[in-house]
Amino acid sequence: MKSGTSDLVILRDIDLDVTPGEALAVVGASGSGKSTLLALLAGLDTPTAGSVRLDGHDLYALDEDQRAELRGRSLGFVFQSFQLLPALTALENVMLPLELAERADAEDLARAMLGRVGLGERLHHYPKHLSGGEQQRVALARAFVVRPKLLLADEPTGSLDAQSGNAVIALLFELNREYGTTLVLVTHDEALAARCARTVRLVGGRIAA
Amino acid sequence: MRAHRAPRRRKDRRLTSLRLLQRDWRAGELRVLAAALVIAVASVTTVGFFADRVSQALVRDAHQLLGADLVLVADHPWSGKVPKLVRDSGVRRAEAVNFISMALRGEQNQLAGVKAVTENYPLRGRLRMASALGAPDAAAERGPAPGTVWIEERMVTALGAPVGSTLQLGKSELRVAAILTLEPERTANFFNIAPRLLMNLADVPQTGLVQTGSRVSYYLYAAGDAQQIETLQKSIRPELGRGERLDTLESGRPEIRAAIERAQRFLSLTALLAAVLAGVAVALGTRRFVERHLDGCAVMRCLGATQSRLLQLHAGEFLLLGMASCAIGALIGYGAQSAIGAALADLIRAELPRPTPWPALQGFLVGLVLLLGFALPPLLQLKDVPALRVIRRESGAPRGGALAAYALGFAFLAGLLVWQAGDLKLGTYVVGGFAAAVLVFFAAAWVVLNALSRLRIRSLRYGLANLRRHARGNAVQVASLALGLTAVLLLTFTRNDLVEAWRRAAPPDAPNRFLIGVQRDQLDAVKRFLATHGLREADLYPMVRGRVVAVNGQPVNEAQYTEERARRLVEREFNLSYMAAMPSHNTLAAGRWTADGLSVEDGIAQRLGWKLGDQLTFNVGGETFTAPITSLRRVRWDSMKVNFFVIAPPAVLQKMPTSYISAFRVAPGGEAALNQLAAQFPNLTLVDIGAALKQAQDVADQLIAAVQFIFLFALGAGLLVLYSALVATEDERRREAAVMRVYGASRAQVAGAQRVEFLAMGLTAGVLATIGAAVIGQLLARRVFELDLAPSLALLVAGPIAGVVLLSLNAWLSSRKVLHASPALTLRESA
Repeated sequence: MKSGTSDLVILRDIDLDVTPGEALAVVGASGSGKSTLLALLAGLDTPTAGSVRLDGHDLYALDEDQRAELRGRSLGFVFQSFQLLPALTALENVMLPLELAERADAEDLARAMLGRVGLGERLHHYPKHLSGGEQQRVALARAFVVRPKLLLADEPTGSLDAQSGNAVIALLFELNREYGTTLVLVTHDEALAARCARTVRLVGGRIAA
Repeated sequence: MRAHRAPRRRKDRRLTSLRLLQRDWRAGELRVLAAALVIAVASVTTVGFFADRVSQALVRDAHQLLGADLVLVADHPWSGKVPKLVRDSGVRRAEAVNFISMALRGEQNQLAGVKAVTENYPLRGRLRMASALGAPDAAAERGPAPGTVWIEERMVTALGAPVGSTLQLGKSELRVAAILTLEPERTANFFNIAPRLLMNLADVPQTGLVQTGSRVSYYLYAAGDAQQIETLQKSIRPELGRGERLDTLESGRPEIRAAIERAQRFLSLTALLAAVLAGVAVALGTRRFVERHLDGCAVMRCLGATQSRLLQLHAGEFLLLGMASCAIGALIGYGAQSAIGAALADLIRAELPRPTPWPALQGFLVGLVLLLGFALPPLLQLKDVPALRVIRRESGAPRGGALAAYALGFAFLAGLLVWQAGDLKLGTYVVGGFAAAVLVFFAAAWVVLNALSRLRIRSLRYGLANLRRHARGNAVQVASLALGLTAVLLLTFTRNDLVEAWRRAAPPDAPNRFLIGVQRDQLDAVKRFLATHGLREADLYPMVRGRVVAVNGQPVNEAQYTEERARRLVEREFNLSYMAAMPSHNTLAAGRWTADGLSVEDGIAQRLGWKLGDQLTFNVGGETFTAPITSLRRVRWDSMKVNFFVIAPPAVLQKMPTSYISAFRVAPGGEAALNQLAAQFPNLTLVDIGAALKQAQDVADQLIAAVQFIFLFALGAGLLVLYSALVATEDERRREAAVMRVYGASRAQVAGAQRVEFLAMGLTAGVLATIGAAVIGQLLARRVFELDLAPSLALLVAGPIAGVVLLSLNAWLSSRKVLHASPALTLRESA
């Protein structure tokens, strides 16, 4: 996969295949292009050249709205900064992707999922009343509740202390195994990367290993 | 399977807009917005409903408002060409004279608004009368027969004069034949103090009441077919002289209409202010809403929401909010208008019809235009937020407060409000004035804050740097604050000052009775009477009624003046007096008291543009005299003593028809002597100033009570603008403070920097608002209420202090939030 701008090439000569069920870590220093790669994989940004194929579909042959629908169907996200909606309770945050997909059973699924991540008692808490680790568990529940084919995680422990970071990661891999989700995890934490089956190292926008 | 899913899909989609609303509402994100809409709609519909009822009543009563198709009014008996034209035109005719006089029965006396009519009055509409107090009334075929009077219920009570009894009016004894329940020109009673006494025109000469010094209006009524009336009107118009006026259905009792229209205009003005302020609050509130929802929308884009879906959801959310707020606002408006109607029930003697639903619709329109105009532009930014923002926060930052985006909304709102006010000029003034104020406030805030930020004060450098960095945002905030604060100051301080000026009380030892209409041959007898009853201080001043006809040889007419009060002064007859020495309760303002010149009250001289040395020509009963102004006097009108606009040399006026006037104080319990005086000299008019003052005060109190609601709405809107302006930058400041803390700034340093910034902003906003409120207050006092308003020291002190206190309080509250939160948490929340 190739990408970049005419002035500044961020990623080049990237050719990457991720097979279903695989867990892939993308590591690299700041500015190596990790986040750009993740954005391209998710269809959040458009490459100047090259293509991304998801399940055989060319992501950038679709327009932004079609990509959004595809994301809703097939992708889950976990972010460094959690990205929970502050006006929504934990339960509502988890219900959100289901509601957007117009699932009538949104609430039941979300309750079950929050129970699964150990937050069955905190359904009606707002993000600001949850600890960082708890917030990231809500984010995990939100990501897995739609049974995504591909989960994209961007520095999921970046905002957490070591202890709650570890707990979140343990949960992430557990769920990943349980649901057979394909995982692409972006991190600069080598220990974390080592828990993935395969690691891709980005240096100056190229795959180094 | 698919067939089953389809209906559920639709249901869910509807639910989601509503759900969004419920969630945002619960989180408190929409309350300011909803409150602003409710206030805007409530204030607009309150006035709308009330105006609707009054105009319905006017239409309903229009056919009998005049009592004829055409009415001619003069302050002197009709003679010459005009009555001849009426006689010759073949229309049906009636006549009336109106004056105020004392009616007596035994020990009781009561000031009456006498109307003496020919028996065929009215030509249009009917009189209604009852045979006893509380008895059902019926339409009357003819007016009172000679020797009889019909009196209003109030008068029956005051005099203890039931139907069948007799009462004394001047030198005549007249029998009470009926209770008058309705007369065609009854809306003329809008602010009438004296109850009505209706009598036959033929009885007037015997009463001896129409004589020198009495203020009498002479009416000619005409009714006929439209063609006749139009021809007559055309031929009469050019013949009308000074003090003569023509009323038609179209010009329709201008003085009443003017009174009602002024009240309505005042209400509209305040309602407009509330609506426009609410617009500002909506814009500020939506902007904050959008800023707080950008991340959420980016996440939703990530989770599969399309642009159109996002727009649909949020537009749906705002529409639902708008409809609910408008409905609540309209309900409040309906309630408030009935309260206003009730508060004014004594003033508007007519029963007001129920309001139509149209004002509610207007209210909805205003609410939706506010929402579309001021909420949609920022709201549209939500759909454009790139999903990439979840990874790169800097992408899709909200565009700055693009004024252009609001231009369309503002134009719509302006159009709607002008339409709502039903008055292009007023609407344009308010909307234009408001726009100008926003721009001036913004420009002034920008200039002042920039100047302050350039100060080189070491200890304040962080705060001053903040000012420089936030220049634009702060200027917007200061302008909004100043706007809100202006409204609040105006509605508290200035309003109180206006009300106080309105009802300024007389000194406790002031005279409480006026004695009017003493004739020359009664002078000695009345003086003796007063002296023997301990009313020695009662000076009797000669009074001559005359009209100014020329200044420095140039003819004077009302068209030369634009100010309404000046026009009225020139139009009507003056009460002139003559005396050798200046009254002791007047003071000389300019010139010298001389034996051959006029002394003029300095207020009227200023109003009419007269100067020392000007030659004034007066017409008194057909004779003219000319004299120069040799002095200007300062008069305290609220002293309640006898005062005159113009005092002439005795030599000039002595020969003219003169009556005498006096003012004195009657101690409680001294009323018996007054009854004796009234009985001995039945032609005299005694005015109880205390009662008249109290009545005027009651009128003022009722009006104030009525407009209170609207004031509250505008005040609420002003406070909302204040609040939204204060919270507008809270999030950003919190982030900055966190960054400063991370880089090692102590809490005290962060708080200090913010304090300096807020202090400068608060002071600027406070000073701007004070200037704004003072200027608007003066404009209102002079142009609308025709009062002189002294600059209020309290306002000058309170305005700037209010600005500083408000922002300091805000600084303190927000710095508590900012400083006590861990920087890491704050930054992570907003990463």
